Amino acid sequence: MRQTKLKLRGLPFQAFLNILFLALVILCVYPFYYILVYSLSDPDRAAYAFLYPIGFNLDGYRMLFQLNNIFHAAVISALRTVLGTLITVACTSFAAYLVTEREMMWRTFVYRFFVITMYLNAGLIPWYLTMRAYGLKNNFLLYILPGAVSAYYMILTKTYIESLPESLEESAMLDGAGYVTIFWKIILPLSKPIIATVAIYNAVNQWNSWSDNYFLVSDENLQTLQLILYNYLNSATNLAQASTQQLEAMGASRTMTPMSIKMCITVITTLPIMCVYPFLQKHFAKGIMIGAVKG
Amino acid sequence: MLKTKQGRPQKQMVKSNRGRRLFFMILPFMLLTFAFSYVPLFGWLYAFFDYKIGRSLFECSFVGLEHFREIISNPTEFLKVLRNTLVMSGLSLLVSPLPALFAILLNELRGRRRKKAVQTLTTLPNFISWIIVYSLTFAIFSTDGMLSNLFRLFGLEGNSYNPLSDGEHVWLVQLLLHIWKSLGWNAIIYIAAISGIDQELYDAADVDGAGKLQRILHITIPGLTPTFFVLLLLAISNLLNNGFDQYFVFHNAIVADKIEVLDYYVYKIAILTNQYSKSIAIGMAKSLISILLLFGANTLSKKVRGESIV
Repeated sequence: MRQTKLKLRGLPFQAFLNILFLALVILCVYPFYYILVYSLSDPDRAAYAFLYPIGFNLDGYRMLFQLNNIFHAAVISALRTVLGTLITVACTSFAAYLVTEREMMWRTFVYRFFVITMYLNAGLIPWYLTMRAYGLKNNFLLYILPGAVSAYYMILTKTYIESLPESLEESAMLDGAGYVTIFWKIILPLSKPIIATVAIYNAVNQWNSWSDNYFLVSDENLQTLQLILYNYLNSATNLAQASTQQLEAMGASRTMTPMSIKMCITVITTLPIMCVYPFLQKHFAKGIMIGAVKG
Repeated sequence: MLKTKQGRPQKQMVKSNRGRRLFFMILPFMLLTFAFSYVPLFGWLYAFFDYKIGRSLFECSFVGLEHFREIISNPTEFLKVLRNTLVMSGLSLLVSPLPALFAILLNELRGRRRKKAVQTLTTLPNFISWIIVYSLTFAIFSTDGMLSNLFRLFGLEGNSYNPLSDGEHVWLVQLLLHIWKSLGWNAIIYIAAISGIDQELYDAADVDGAGKLQRILHITIPGLTPTFFVLLLLAISNLLNNGFDQYFVFHNAIVADKIEVLDYYVYKIAILTNQYSKSIAIGMAKSLISILLLFGANTLSKKVRGESIV
């Protein structure tokens, strides 16, 4: 007697999987490729550039970088990403190390004090009023100070540090090393994997954030690339209009279309993410896994 | 460590000294956290006053629960926003098994490098901002976009579909965008969970002559259930938090009726119509309900699995 067994047969099933995942990959990657191709094409003929650039040229990019605000915004975005990440990593990893020290006075309270903030959300207006009261309106520090100590990254780092062998630290302590020395000389070098993970997460978040800029920074000297892109996409805004006029004055209206300008800015804004992406790959899964283990 | 004849007391004193020193070392970080995470909560007080921008709390008139009463007594718009919020959350709960399915199927795909490549490339959309997602959508679907150009190339001029100005299928469009952005990323945790399943279980199943589908049904899926459960509970506690970015960038007059969720509404009534106190009241209620939901989900988790999620 043969039982009728449901079977996923080898070959057709593999073919199905291959097609399915190929389709998903194309769906995820092609939009990026399309804007790249479009931005590298001759604007007049770009409409039919689906697979490769038609009339390859870099005029769009050359033109955009002559616009002061784009270049300036790229610098601001880069600065907030680098400085913000440095400060967040420094504060978060040192604080995480400190809470792993069991001798700390009121340690449980201290740890909960940080963790609770993950579930607190005051809301838009209270946040706005507080930042303004601190004088962070139209201030570059707005981009880097509020995220300096992050409870989530702290839990990740703490969990990792706790998995390190204690004996190293103990012997250093017997040698009379202080906490800062132990952190700097022992914990930090051993925690490189988790620190890289936190740094990359944070850098991506910094690069992508725009709402702080949108709500609290009207100073054009502090505009970030993300917001500039948003303004161009909704080109009704003054900023984009002014820039379009500037472009026209430079004679760009003959060579650029609104669409090709938008595509160029999108590529500029996406490119840094693509560049760090290979490094992301190595680290992000690890971060998720450590995060899944409760802090 | 100091060694003396009566080692104990001395040791303890050194210890408590060290404990205090550690505490003072972490204090600056606590102050920073207090300033940026706790102080804004005092802003909730404004929910009970009639706040006008530029005034201090003392210059505003106390109105008690007036703003909450206002929301309840004139609920048409609020209910619409609540509906949108719950529909979007409900839809994403409905599709929450998709990442698990993705992981299970990917696990069956042959070839390590191929698997790795699929995983890498499908997580890409997770790392870009919603502004860029908006720009990509624009590039593909707008009147000058890829889709209309493709139609034009094949002589089907005028045929196109623009989800940005489709007022009817807003929820579906936003759901699909959400899936596009997060599917690959959300699958990672399941992929890791699968690699954590004891290989001997599969070997034993092979010996018993189990087919591929049976291995999936009886080993892989049960192995993923705990992870799925935890994520489901967390999602339930975030029922009211759809996020702001996605709904802000895709907002326009045509889709407004169906795209305005609570997180957007809090922004809208504050910034666009200057009803600051009402906005704070709604934000406060939203935060408190979310915390209650989280505790509820946590209690449920403790009862069912004997383990907490937070």
